[in-house]
Amino acid sequence: MEKLSLFLGCIVPNRYPGIENATKLCLQKLNIDASDLPGASCCPAPGVFKSFDKAAWLALASRNIVLSERLERDILTICNGCYGSLADANLELKKDPELRACTNMCLKEVGMEFRGTVEIRHIVEFLYKELGPEKLGEYITTPLDLKVALHYGCHLIKPSRDRKLGETEDPVFFDELVEATGAKSIDYTDKMMCCGAGGGVRSGHAPESLEMLERKLACIRQAGVDCIVNACPFCHLQFDRGQLSVNERFGTDYAIPILHYSQLLGLALGFSPYELGIEQNAIQNIEFLARIYEISAGLR
Amino acid sequence: MSEELLRVLKAAGLDVLSCMQCGTCTGSCPSGRNTGLNTRRILREARKNRVTVLSDDALWLCTTCYTCQERCPRDIPITDALLELRRLAIKEGFMLPEHRKISEMVVECGHAVPLDEETKQKREELGLDPIPETVQKYPEALQEVRSLLKACKFDELVAEK
Repeated sequence: MEKLSLFLGCIVPNRYPGIENATKLCLQKLNIDASDLPGASCCPAPGVFKSFDKAAWLALASRNIVLSERLERDILTICNGCYGSLADANLELKKDPELRACTNMCLKEVGMEFRGTVEIRHIVEFLYKELGPEKLGEYITTPLDLKVALHYGCHLIKPSRDRKLGETEDPVFFDELVEATGAKSIDYTDKMMCCGAGGGVRSGHAPESLEMLERKLACIRQAGVDCIVNACPFCHLQFDRGQLSVNERFGTDYAIPILHYSQLLGLALGFSPYELGIEQNAIQNIEFLARIYEISAGLR
Repeated sequence: MSEELLRVLKAAGLDVLSCMQCGTCTGSCPSGRNTGLNTRRILREARKNRVTVLSDDALWLCTTCYTCQERCPRDIPITDALLELRRLAIKEGFMLPEHRKISEMVVECGHAVPLDEETKQKREELGLDPIPETVQKYPEALQEVRSLLKACKFDELVAEK
């Protein structure tokens, strides 16, 4: 299915609208047909809902999926959490008739039925498979002279049994998409390690979550990069706002800029840092902002 | 309760005899490096059918990164099993207040992280509609979310007991 509906989730529209705008601008520029998905709710958040109650998790996830089935469009997610939650629910409901019947009983309450007619996509996986780094490269008008620490995030590729995006210790497909923008993906220690936010840990056990984040940040700083790139607004929030909390807690002075892939791609497609919402991050790194404004104005 | 523990773990594909206690899970765990989460021990407790595992706060230190599951030499779906244990723990009433709050937020407004004034302003600066095209804009959509959660008795599950 080439038609998509853009699933926003919670953190993008309600905390980082720059990622929403960047995604819409990029999709338009790449001539990808992605409509809104009016009335969509929380995916629901896998860390809490999937950990609490399977029926409620499947009910809310399937409602979101049915909204897109009605539009006859696959769902495009821009968050690893939304991707994991919706893709897992979609898969379970498609393969387990009993579970599907149970969920449909529940959906009947609101006049809905899960039919299993759409797929769940993630923007990184979608761009890689449907366009590929080479074709994507042809759209680039502003090659980015940037060194990037790429953070895949866990639920984009794991569990590999269900994601089917290859092995999980040293994947390369996302790096290739980053490098298609002209940026260089720099290897670093513990690159595949979790950011520490998922599974309800950021909300339920903040100190432990920040300890994991600090380890990640120390490794990234050692690699000497210009910014971190991710494809998950929850990782984004952890790296961005969490960095300030880490500084407060550990007396560190991290100020590593953080971009969602849509924002990185947006820069390379010629959009300004302002319209991509990069300045709206909690981390304000003036040096980096000046640099991407120069790149965007063709001065570098 | 203990019978249910075994039944649920079996349904999740956790064969209690297949774990050889090698510790690859614990050695791979990004949380366990710093915290009290010892995945190998949780598996051992679970397979010995000790329901005390359900009250163990360490269950909630897992970020669900799936590294243990990916690396398990016996292909035990460890993270999936841990989620099953969490669901049992919730049934038994073990729920962190922060998680209760997030659940209530979803019941109230359809989002785990709701819109705030600061973000509305940021949206306007970008030329976006201040209210996004989600459940927040459509009262009938919010009603659907609430009806579904009620049908699953989720509101009762997360209500303070």
